[in-house]
Amino acid sequence: MTRLLLRGGRVVDPAARRDGIADLLVENGRLSRIGERLDAASADVVDASGKLVFPGFIDLHVHLREPGFEYKESILSGAQAAAAGGFSAVCAMANTDPVNDHRTVTRWIADRAREAGFSRVYPIGAITKGMRGEELSEFGEMKEAGAVAVSDDGRWVANGSVMRRALEYATLFDLPVATHAEDESLSGRGAMNEGRVSTRLGLSAQPAEAESIAVARDLTLCELAGGRLHVCHVSTARSVALIREAKARGVRVTCEVTPHHLFLTDEEVARSGFSTATKVNPPLRGERDVAALHEALLDGTIDALATDHAPHHADEKAVDYESAPFGLVGLETAASLFHDRLVRTGRVPVARMVELFSGGPARAFSLPGGGLVEGKDADFTVFDPAAEVEVDPRAFRSRARNTPFAGARLTGAVAATYVAGREVYRRP
Amino acid sequence: MTKAGLRSKDLLGIEPLDPEEIGLILDTAESMAEIGRREIKKVPALRGRMVVNLFFEASTRTRFSFETAEKWLSADTLNFAAKGTSVEKGETLLDTAKNLEAMSPDFLVIRHSSPGVPHFLASQLKTRVINAGDGAHEHPTQALLDALTIRQRKKSFENLKVAIVGDIAHSRVVRSNVWCLTKLKAKVTLCAPPTLMPVDIESMGVSATSDFEEALSGADVVMMLRVQIERGGKMAFPSSREYFARYGLTRERLALARPDAIVMHPGPMNRGVEISSEIADDADRSVILSQVANGVAVRMAVLYLLAGGTPRAWQEGA
Ligand SMILES: [Zn+2]
Repeated sequence: MTRLLLRGGRVVDPAARRDGIADLLVENGRLSRIGERLDAASADVVDASGKLVFPGFIDLHVHLREPGFEYKESILSGAQAAAAGGFSAVCAMANTDPVNDHRTVTRWIADRAREAGFSRVYPIGAITKGMRGEELSEFGEMKEAGAVAVSDDGRWVANGSVMRRALEYATLFDLPVATHAEDESLSGRGAMNEGRVSTRLGLSAQPAEAESIAVARDLTLCELAGGRLHVCHVSTARSVALIREAKARGVRVTCEVTPHHLFLTDEEVARSGFSTATKVNPPLRGERDVAALHEALLDGTIDALATDHAPHHADEKAVDYESAPFGLVGLETAASLFHDRLVRTGRVPVARMVELFSGGPARAFSLPGGGLVEGKDADFTVFDPAAEVEVDPRAFRSRARNTPFAGARLTGAVAATYVAGREVYRRP
Repeated sequence: MTKAGLRSKDLLGIEPLDPEEIGLILDTAESMAEIGRREIKKVPALRGRMVVNLFFEASTRTRFSFETAEKWLSADTLNFAAKGTSVEKGETLLDTAKNLEAMSPDFLVIRHSSPGVPHFLASQLKTRVINAGDGAHEHPTQALLDALTIRQRKKSFENLKVAIVGDIAHSRVVRSNVWCLTKLKAKVTLCAPPTLMPVDIESMGVSATSDFEEALSGADVVMMLRVQIERGGKMAFPSSREYFARYGLTRERLALARPDAIVMHPGPMNRGVEISSEIADDADRSVILSQVANGVAVRMAVLYLLAGGTPRAWQEGA
């Protein structure tokens, strides 16, 4: 029997109303005891004094690019990056090649992730075959193969009847339907947010309403059809207001927000001199939208922090702004950014950070974890709140380097990540 | 004049310039214009320097104007049009520019359909970069030649009322002109149908209206912009006919402006869409051909100043 004793860390787990110095005892991959001064006999002892101990982080929205785009990222490199970011589990989006719209692809991704070790990877199946927005994929078979949600990420299901059927059909399997809310007839795939900055820069732009109109439709359909709706990377004031109202009415809706939408505005496109690392979809928004996201983060409207980790090869981003692909990488910077900008400054309590990184996402997609429970898998994240780090994309485990946060100096870093009691990352 | 030259190695736009730098360029251009009136149009100011004209988007007028300026200053020029080249075969923008830089040009003159390309390349290269138009963002030498043309006719910019009318949303000329004219203290009114007016345009320090007659009344300068039908103009108004009926510059409408108002157009014109031929060809009102001539002088001035030249020194053959 392998025994691991994590000694003297500050254990923060709002799901169990726990916040205090405690030891964790791990036996055969499971948490066997949480308590004070546990017996260390025959255990490997790890000193966690001065550190925070959280239930393992869960990211509902990452792109691992395998199968099909391994030059951008692979399941292995993505799972390593996740572990380095403190994520013991991530959900992999369906827009691979082939699209994850069939149980064979779903199972293949799950198997590859298991072989890789590192973070757990939960596949997300496509809502429609080929993500073409026309015919539903086989939700039931994909769920049996390991899918935890369905989404045509990157493409809004523009046909209202198809989206209605998806929400209805998903109730059979209790699968959340995750929506990338963007009315493309309105956004026209503009390269940035429409506003003062896009006007100044002359870049093609998409109005915030392209998102909120799509959110309004999907919420309305969810009320009609039942089912569980999850709104991906919510980014506008109007969207969060709509979700807040819908939650109050009892609609089963959850939503996520990304660190870049919390910490950057569209001014960053100008300030960075048109750096394509700032090109992301939904685009970086204006100040009022960002302020509304912060409010929604605190009042519970937002359920989860998700990175929308979207690796791209450097050559693909070394082009002009309008032709560059959307997306930035976020797994390895999310926790430090969140801690530095919001927790350290006292704007968000550390317990709320844990909810957003762990408990909230676990509930949104009904995933294991999200709390530290005796007898369950020992997935946890050790965080050093005093560590000073500088974001250095060259040191990323991810194959990609496309981040607008390069060079940022942050306080707080993931010290170690454990999955089923196994250390999958330790800060060098 | 307190400054001997320009602060940056590049000319990426008007937004980063201060009014003194704009004045310096206009003054230098004024003296350069004299070369165009000589029988032998050549001075040795840039002898031994190489300029690469890197045009990712076709623009015969701007390229000819730059090339003329380069030749009159005795620079060696290379023209690089991106059609049918490695760029189309997927070579990255940066690779292309780095390959050209390996030939050690002194200047890259860049035109691209996407905003920010000159800025991105300037940040990566040691070569001096001149923006010859980046999408709907900036076209600094156009604004400078417009300013020179206005200054020749109106002497001072202070409280000058300038109306810029037409496809504001898709124009690269308008942003550069707004920065240039407001820095020089002119009052700028932008006029377009709401479908061609970008959001929050007033944040650039101008007033905006969809009422053409309001924009025209009392104007000292009327700058008409080309309606870019190819850039989504189709969705902005139902027909050229209806556009001309509302926003076309005719003699009757021009009567609302000041009697000595001048009419400008960056070209190429859509006659009968944004401007009537009668006005376009009216030598008393239209300064469109002066704009073209001033374009060469302004581009000479920019090349010369960025190369480290000091005002007037070119006349001594420095
Ligand atoms: Zn995504």
